Amino acid sequence: MADAIIPNFGDDEETDRKFVLICSKGNLDMAYPGLVLANAALGEGIETHLFFTFWGFDMITKSRMWDLQFSPVGNTAMHLPGRDTKMPQALSPMPGMTQMATKMMKKQIADLGIPEVPDFLDQIVAAGGHLWACRMSADMNNLTEADLRDDVDGIINASDFIEMTDGAQILFI
Amino acid sequence: MPTATIAGHEVQINDEGFLTEYDEWSEDIATELAGNIGVEMTPRHWEVIKWLREDYKEKGETATTRRVQTVGGFPTKEQFQLFPKKPAKKMAYIAGVPKPHGCV
Repeated sequence: MADAIIPNFGDDEETDRKFVLICSKGNLDMAYPGLVLANAALGEGIETHLFFTFWGFDMITKSRMWDLQFSPVGNTAMHLPGRDTKMPQALSPMPGMTQMATKMMKKQIADLGIPEVPDFLDQIVAAGGHLWACRMSADMNNLTEADLRDDVDGIINASDFIEMTDGAQILFI
Repeated sequence: MPTATIAGHEVQINDEGFLTEYDEWSEDIATELAGNIGVEMTPRHWEVIKWLREDYKEKGETATTRRVQTVGGFPTKEQFQLFPKKPAKKMAYIAGVPKPHGCV
């Protein structure tokens, strides 16, 4: 008869692991890697920050965050749905193709029970994640805090970012 | 597969200490498992754990924190309050179901 094995959830170890994701893309498909990883890191009890810059700003801009799109243009890995057949590159820029590809990708994501981008960020914030916006991107686009999600912690400049990420693991997406 | 005596019951566990047999779970076992990881069970904890077990029985896989929120109706924030730092794994451990394998 053995003693019960007690899983080590690592709670007692003081960890200073800090995870920072730089979200620089505004395409639907490139929004998700950062969200999925941030959510996973939070679920492991790791302090997590997301920094939105350049096109990534669309993920936190109220007027745009529901409308991220996916385009097959320039994506040679684009297949026809459920098959190994490559989609001819010449078809990619056809009118309506981006809308169709976006709709299909959104459906695939929803079918897995994965939330839309703004809902996903709600979940990340509820799990204790922090959202930061890039000062230069805000200035370039004439955006202020009023244009961004209310739960954005702040608009910070490059020095603030360097200071904040002391000792952090940084992932640029 | 190792066995262990938990709350007076001999149960099968895996190498991380998670119960491997759904039907070997009981409330007194859950209370002891919770105590092992520093969770004190309240009525709300039981609601989550019992929902997780019901959902597992129905779906054959462990709900992710996302599903515990959207389908179970337990907000993410509350999950982190009830099962600090690593809610998904802690809930699964106490509920006697495997760790969730989904990403989100």
